[in-house]
Amino acid sequence: MKYVIIGNSAAAVGCIEGIRQKDEFGQITVISSEKYHTYSRPLISYLLCGKTDIEKMKYRAADFYEKNKCKCLFGVSVVKINKDEKTVTLSDGETIPYDKLLVATGSHPFIPTMRGLESVKNKFTFMSLDDALSLEKALNKNSHVLIIGAGLIGLKCAEGIYGRCKSITVVDLADKVMPSVLDCESSAIVKKHIEEKGIKFILSDSVDEFKDGSAILKSGKKVDFDIVVVAVGVRPNTSLISDCGGEVRRGIAVDDTCKTTLDDIYAAGDCTESHDITTDSYKILALLPNAYMQGETAGINMAGGNKSFTNAVPMNSIGFFGLHIITAGSYEGEEYVVSDGKNYKKLITKDGLLKGYILVGDVIRAGIYTSLIREQMKLDSLDFESLKKNPSMTAMNESYRKLKLSGISQS
Amino acid sequence: MKKVYVNEKWCLGCHLCEYNCAFANSGLNDMAKLKGRTILPNIRVEENDKICFAVNCRHCDDPICVKSCIAGALSKSPEGVVEINKNKCVGCLTCVLVCPFGCVLPDENGIIGKCELCTKNSFGEPACVKGCPNNAIVFEER
Amino acid sequence: MGINYIYPEFEVIRDTARCIACRVCERQCANEVHRFDAELGMMTADDSKCVDCHRCVSLCPTRALHIEKSRHTFRENANWTSDKITEIYRQAGTGGVLLSSMGNPQNIPVYWDKMLINASQVTNPPIDPLREPMETKTTLGAKPKKIERDNAGRIIDNRSPRLTLSTPIMFSAMSYGSISYNAHESLARAARELGIYYNTGEGGLHRDFYEYGPNTIVQVASGRFGVHKEYLETAAAIEIKMGQGAKPGIGGHLPGTKIVGDVSATRMIPEGSDAISPAPHHDIYSIEDLRQLVFSLKEATNYKKPIIVKIAAVHNIAAIASGIARSGADMIAIDGFRGGTGAAPTRIRDNVGIPIELALASVDTRLREEGIRGDVSLLAAGSIRCASDVVKAIALGADACYIGTGALIALGCHVCRTCHTGKCNWGIATQREDLVKRLNPDIGSQRLVNLIKAWDHEIKEIMGGMGINSIEALRGNRLMLRGIGLTEKELEILGIMHAGE
Repeated sequence: MKYVIIGNSAAAVGCIEGIRQKDEFGQITVISSEKYHTYSRPLISYLLCGKTDIEKMKYRAADFYEKNKCKCLFGVSVVKINKDEKTVTLSDGETIPYDKLLVATGSHPFIPTMRGLESVKNKFTFMSLDDALSLEKALNKNSHVLIIGAGLIGLKCAEGIYGRCKSITVVDLADKVMPSVLDCESSAIVKKHIEEKGIKFILSDSVDEFKDGSAILKSGKKVDFDIVVVAVGVRPNTSLISDCGGEVRRGIAVDDTCKTTLDDIYAAGDCTESHDITTDSYKILALLPNAYMQGETAGINMAGGNKSFTNAVPMNSIGFFGLHIITAGSYEGEEYVVSDGKNYKKLITKDGLLKGYILVGDVIRAGIYTSLIREQMKLDSLDFESLKKNPSMTAMNESYRKLKLSGISQS
Repeated sequence: MKKVYVNEKWCLGCHLCEYNCAFANSGLNDMAKLKGRTILPNIRVEENDKICFAVNCRHCDDPICVKSCIAGALSKSPEGVVEINKNKCVGCLTCVLVCPFGCVLPDENGIIGKCELCTKNSFGEPACVKGCPNNAIVFEER
Repeated sequence: MGINYIYPEFEVIRDTARCIACRVCERQCANEVHRFDAELGMMTADDSKCVDCHRCVSLCPTRALHIEKSRHTFRENANWTSDKITEIYRQAGTGGVLLSSMGNPQNIPVYWDKMLINASQVTNPPIDPLREPMETKTTLGAKPKKIERDNAGRIIDNRSPRLTLSTPIMFSAMSYGSISYNAHESLARAARELGIYYNTGEGGLHRDFYEYGPNTIVQVASGRFGVHKEYLETAAAIEIKMGQGAKPGIGGHLPGTKIVGDVSATRMIPEGSDAISPAPHHDIYSIEDLRQLVFSLKEATNYKKPIIVKIAAVHNIAAIASGIARSGADMIAIDGFRGGTGAAPTRIRDNVGIPIELALASVDTRLREEGIRGDVSLLAAGSIRCASDVVKAIALGADACYIGTGALIALGCHVCRTCHTGKCNWGIATQREDLVKRLNPDIGSQRLVNLIKAWDHEIKEIMGGMGINSIEALRGNRLMLRGIGLTEKELEILGIMHAGE
């Protein structure tokens, strides 16, 4: 069996490990345009602030490919899938045959049109290791950094370079930070915490024009800078699939087994759509855990196994300057909120299920809430009143506790 | 594999397991040296007015924390122990986000500490189980 | 509130250098001795509540605790001892009868310790129990007087109902109520595993324990608590409790606070009502009356169960036992005055009755003299503390021994003698759910099994040393005993010679 994997991040690693659960000997070829050993993309901000280094950033041990008997083709990209011949064509002209193919091509930063951006010398995105290394090279103690986008990537970038430059200003069109995952109150807590470090926010505003080392905002405000980081969002890399006739919606369409609409071609990670069980809708869940689990599912199925991934939920764990934020699920439903101005908790229930939550500050044992969402546990089967106050196994019903803690199933 | 299982019926809520855990993983040669320290054990007693039991890492067969770890710092050993490489962990707490038992917790440095069944300390077998006065936690195959 | 005359008996000594304030002592003390003082940032103790049960000491992970007897004294007085003075203070304060638990702690001679065991030298050589067969199996019940044969010459089984023990030790009567469910389960499971018997006491038999019936002796006491047909039928033997060594002449007494839930259901009495057994059986005023009850119980169980009559060791014990042997009973259990209890009036416990050693010897002698020793088995009870006590009891004439306190100690009892408070920190003499839970029968039964196995090994070693290889050959073999430091009279009653003779 010949397996070909396009991509070398979490979904690809998940796929390799998934294949090896079922097939010890099949030939695996990993193709990646990046020349690096698999590394963790979310760690690039930790790299800049010195919490990790390039060696430690390796997502798997140095002998990972060797142990898993993978052939690595790094520094080349796939330009075309020839689904009828069951081959892929590489940028260097070579063709590689496959029996099963995984597309784990990830996403690319989205750069909106902004006047004068082409004239800016030090402009960066913040997604890959190369992005981080080139930003680091341009950065010095006197740099004034302008970050476009107050989402996860923009704020993580700000934390990463904090202390290594003179000033950081974050501009976002939205009226709050991390608008996609936080509500107003929690967002305000996070914003205040980051502002206390001296990072400046300009919200509900956007760049109208870059001119002579300044950004002129729509509001007329002028921000001087010498480095700009564009972090407004990402777009999935789907063209390999759409070019050969596979279905692409917001991202590559896959079923529960992570197979695309094309025979023997699977897809996983940020390039795909997932089924969010909390809203019963399809969306891109650009999250590392999701990518891994999709990749593993694909790998097991590619190797002849039988695995479904059916409980994807949006979820994030992120922290800025010691303030932790954990969120999961969707936020439509009945709300339960506790806040003391520093620690914030919001639980959202609907149809007798926990649908989502936001925790800021005290995030300990959040996973108990997440499991309620992922396993769609009926709240009337447990002591939700006590769970509201504290996530605890004592609130679970006896048979659940027996099963999970004592390994005893009562049938 | 042998794992730590909870016998809820016999837990007395004495919290000895927490101290035995903290001591086993402290590297100290006398538990009395824990004096004055706030302990961050990898096993925690949960209690309400009706029940109590100690919970530590379940060492799941299919560990979602390992799959979710963004740093590749969590892994499952060939013996089945879910291990943390503290050197690689950056403290993002994604494992806290996903662990259904709430069994991974940040240590005093903000990175993850978790039960490794005392395989990496001088005890060699779970100190919590060894010190439990009532067999409320046991280390066995099930 | 006036003057508190009672100074704490014990002091909780805490090594502050070792105490890590884990608060295990605080959580484990049902007497609420320990407390974490947030202001001081350290543990403190209220000595006046301490009963010296060692729960905290045993569970302290850093060994920072121990308990000392208070050094506080009254002016020395051999007559007015501090105990006597304190008891007067207590009674002058309350006007009540003093209550105590466990066996008599007074310094009255322990005859076991004044008897020495023989060993073989040169002639009749010792037996090595590791290399040669050694029998501790014991059968209890009336012995057939002769071998009978049918017309074809085949032996007719004319044996009466009996109990067969792997070793001559049983767990004595402790009621469910006076001890906890888990203590009972521990005893029952251990008895089954060991091939011996435990005794329900007068509290009835919990439904959950019917499965241990083949290893259960059920009691019928003056209160008749929990007695019904199924109860009798489930058991291996039935014991009529006439008296108890710790409180001869009075009945059992379980306070209403312990009559909760299953205890009340098992005793068949309302929750919260005091379970007060009458001092006498109101239907027994003579040996003839006793005989009626013995045969009622035999009749009720189709003559399949041996009947035991348990009496306290009192002054006229030999004559009483002789009467019981003629009542149709299969066994007589004699409970000496050091026998334990869950609650007894202090004065009675400490002053009424006689030591088991003397009672046993005189009963055995009397029954032999009357030629009826074979009609009954003798069970010795009342502070059998170790394997050599068992050997000495058998040599004095016992068929087997009952152990109660010893079994409880194996379960964790520290003999603090406060069973009657119902707050046993070891989960034994309590019905408080959080305390009962502290005794896991998995552990408890294993410890009991270990104890009896260890004693069995020791009994075999001692018997081997004497050149004796069966309990049968040891029973009543008083030549194997010598007294030390005993008077002529004591030797005469015990039926043994003095060391050196």
